[in-house]
Amino acid sequence: MLSLTIDNKAVQVETGTTILEAAEKAGIEIPTLCRHEDITPLGTCGMCMVEVEGDPGYSRACITEARSGMRIRTHTRELRRIKRKLLELVLAAHPDDCLQCIRHGECELQKLAEKFEIRQLSYDQYTRGLPIDSSARGIVRDMNKCIGCGRCVEVCQNVQTVKAISFYGRGADTIVSPGAETDMGSGVCVNCGQCVVYCPVGALHEREQVDDVWGAIENPELHVAAQIAPAVRVALGEEFDMEPGELVIDKIYEALKLLGVDTVFDTNFSADLTIMEEGTEFLHRLEAGGPFPLITSCSPGWIKFGETYFPELIDNISSCKSPQQMLGALIKTHFAETRSIPPEKIVSLSIMPCTAKKFEADRPEMNSSGFKDVDYVLTTRELARMIRQAGIRFDKLKGIKPDKLMSAYTGAGTIFGATGGVMEAALRTAYELKTGEALENLNFEAVRGLEDTKTAAIPLSGQEIRIAVVHGLSNARTLLSQVREDLKSGGVPYHFIEIMACRGGCVGGGGQPIENSLYQRFKRAQGLYAEDTGMPVRKSHENPEVAALYKDYLQQPGGELSHHLLHTRYHHRDALSI
Amino acid sequence: MKRSRVSISSYAMESPDIEAYLGIGGYQGLKKALHMKKDGVIQEVQESKLRGRGGAGFPTGKKWAGVPQDEEIYLVCNADEGEPGTFKDRYIMEHTPFLMVEGMTIAGYGVGASKGYIYIRGEYPAIAETIQGVLEAARKQNLLGKNILDGDFSFDIEIKRGGGSYVVGDETALLSSLMGKRGFPWMKPPYPTEKGLWDRPTVVNNVETLTYVPLILAHGAAAFADIGAPGSPGPKLYSVSGNVNSPGVYEFPMGVSVKELLKAAGGVQGQLKAVQIGGTAGPLYDDTALSMQLDYDSMNAAGGTLGSGAVVVMNSKTNMAGVLDVSMRFFAEESCGQCFPCRYGTRQLSYMARRIASGSGEQHYLPLMRETGEVMRATSFCPFGQSVCTPLNSLLDQFGDEVEGFIRQQDYIREVI
Repeated sequence: MLSLTIDNKAVQVETGTTILEAAEKAGIEIPTLCRHEDITPLGTCGMCMVEVEGDPGYSRACITEARSGMRIRTHTRELRRIKRKLLELVLAAHPDDCLQCIRHGECELQKLAEKFEIRQLSYDQYTRGLPIDSSARGIVRDMNKCIGCGRCVEVCQNVQTVKAISFYGRGADTIVSPGAETDMGSGVCVNCGQCVVYCPVGALHEREQVDDVWGAIENPELHVAAQIAPAVRVALGEEFDMEPGELVIDKIYEALKLLGVDTVFDTNFSADLTIMEEGTEFLHRLEAGGPFPLITSCSPGWIKFGETYFPELIDNISSCKSPQQMLGALIKTHFAETRSIPPEKIVSLSIMPCTAKKFEADRPEMNSSGFKDVDYVLTTRELARMIRQAGIRFDKLKGIKPDKLMSAYTGAGTIFGATGGVMEAALRTAYELKTGEALENLNFEAVRGLEDTKTAAIPLSGQEIRIAVVHGLSNARTLLSQVREDLKSGGVPYHFIEIMACRGGCVGGGGQPIENSLYQRFKRAQGLYAEDTGMPVRKSHENPEVAALYKDYLQQPGGELSHHLLHTRYHHRDALSI
Repeated sequence: MKRSRVSISSYAMESPDIEAYLGIGGYQGLKKALHMKKDGVIQEVQESKLRGRGGAGFPTGKKWAGVPQDEEIYLVCNADEGEPGTFKDRYIMEHTPFLMVEGMTIAGYGVGASKGYIYIRGEYPAIAETIQGVLEAARKQNLLGKNILDGDFSFDIEIKRGGGSYVVGDETALLSSLMGKRGFPWMKPPYPTEKGLWDRPTVVNNVETLTYVPLILAHGAAAFADIGAPGSPGPKLYSVSGNVNSPGVYEFPMGVSVKELLKAAGGVQGQLKAVQIGGTAGPLYDDTALSMQLDYDSMNAAGGTLGSGAVVVMNSKTNMAGVLDVSMRFFAEESCGQCFPCRYGTRQLSYMARRIASGSGEQHYLPLMRETGEVMRATSFCPFGQSVCTPLNSLLDQFGDEVEGFIRQQDYIREVI
């Protein structure tokens, strides 16, 4: 243990702790702008400068390790003066449009400017006049607002290894860019939106569709049918000062109705349906002896990543559409027929924790009914804005039930929102369908939690099923690179792999409320597991509406109609000529 | 001037020719080194007291001795000569490239490297071609490549071209660039000698440093250490430019006075006004600079830096507002853009300097510029941003009245018109 004093406060920390972490432990908040607890410290902003007695100059608290006996001061008159000046330099280059900015109120630069009482700038302000890149389906890039902290680059390059964006240009003209002469829409960007949630300002944000959705709701000719993804129900409350992980699904149903949505279904229903389809696919492969591993297909960020970087494994990816697209296709067919509404009059709306879902909905092959499966995708944040615009006191809502037909769900469906959840849900069903026995313990703890890679071997009818769960695309890259090598040499490393593009799974998606750190992701996942534990039905194959759907419409899992509506195919994307 | 054999200029030739080089004693240093133990080579360089000629002045032998054992060790010759007013490395690569390549080979032997890189600045395309020919000629003579001179030591050199960034002259940024990354510097430690290219120990030496190495081996450490200033001995190449009659590269013993150097460069054109020593990040001096001695210790003691040995001369016709503008624009264009203070600070400094020089400056710019430079000194990530205040403050200290006067004069002209 090291003993040091920070602002006259004694603190003891482990060797290897940075000054910043030591200060946190001492209850002292050192201002930062480029630092984020979830990623490698970058040391670019200079806001965390501290004075260490005896050391020359100032030190960056975020990348300087604490030493025993250090006497540190964090807010001397000189340090406050320097930091104010630094902030002035940043603000002089930043557009003065806070009131119109998507991150107004949640902007780290704005908060620091307020904290340091920046009332006027001694520098002349300038604007950069850069074009806004809204070419990607999920993400908008506005480099006029970029402060160049490098978090998004760190996340894209190293946490996700998508490598869609990096620094471009020099000096004051440095911007974050997908490269020369190209835009986000035509590059390797998978729209995961992790750059968005780690951006401290409004330089990267979701492609907004709130206005379109209002238009659909307000058009009396149209019938709007909505679905809500698992991870949204434990996160939307945060937008209304509730705790991360608090289950607010009944309030969401009610809010959607109050907004004017005609029918409210639940993506958890189609999560259960996915298990029936994917579980069947898996059992078929078990009988046929492969091809293994089967890889889940719920996460559209992962799908584009796989199509780009692992084309050899395309046949390993489950042909199942994601739950969003399955329910979308059924809304335009089964629901349309049941309610005798012409599908062209139905607007299929989904509320997702995800920016890649906007890309997925716009994939040209996602129209098996002859109509787009999903017309509009709103992120959790966008729905919150609609609710506020409508003056709905979300936290005060009592909550209602959703519309029948495609909204019933089990505990297995709800844990889809957390890393390992799809695997756990699939195991519950595969085990019981294969063995005909009831599982004693439904909790597969080995696949839960935020560990990078989770593996297990599950006995199933005398066979050992090797499974792996990864979240965050760098972990996926590591695992799949190994899998690819093993397959080349004739081995079968795993039978079944779950991949989620974002760390923590969908609870940490690019459309979730800001803050969206690992802490929030963990709490949200806890919320989902708590809901699962408390549910009377926790296995997808016991979902009564799913059973009814097969009986009344689809006939059987993996059947002809299922294949037509609920399954899809993937194609190789060349990283260099996308 | 009588040329000592312990000098680069005594090996100079119009175009490189290996036979001619061997004829005037070339590769004697390498031959001698290969008969010594590696430690002996490092010892010899340590005893010569050779200090790095890129600008930092770190003892070369000490750097080499600090390289840990590893399966793979790299040697990098920093030929990314981007310091304004500095063109000594260019002189070496054009006129004595074999000496440099021989120096690299000796260094490779001494530190245990089998692979060397020459990182040549992007603006020197012709030189890259010349060096390619030099490397091929050396390979043909078995002075480079596998089993050099039929011994156990194998060493080869690859040329890498820079992309035109000034900051990449910093060794850590250079290594980032060499590995194919963006040329961002990194915070030391780890030092490149511990963890450099692809995490292997890597020695980065300047062209001039390596070029003196064969002379130390051939003539002995003592012969080198006897020349010039005792604290940083040896001969040194100085680049003289600006308002002198014969700008160029001049080789003098370390510690030569500015006066003597300018005399060698044909004298000042007109009346001397200012001298900038050590590069763009060095301070500006008025004519008191003439008595200064150009070696590391003397310059540091005088509050300046020898830097790369660049001496830029300005005469009385020079408008210091214009100098301020050019200098600040240089920093703004060459900032790597990584850290906030440098990225934004250089932009604002350049803007204010440009406004002043173009006649629309404001009086409050001058204190604001000083303050900005101070904030950058305190908070910039690397020496580049930290050093902007040096030329800025020295210019304003000595020529601030002139710049202020210029701003007032321009105000007056605008009012009258």
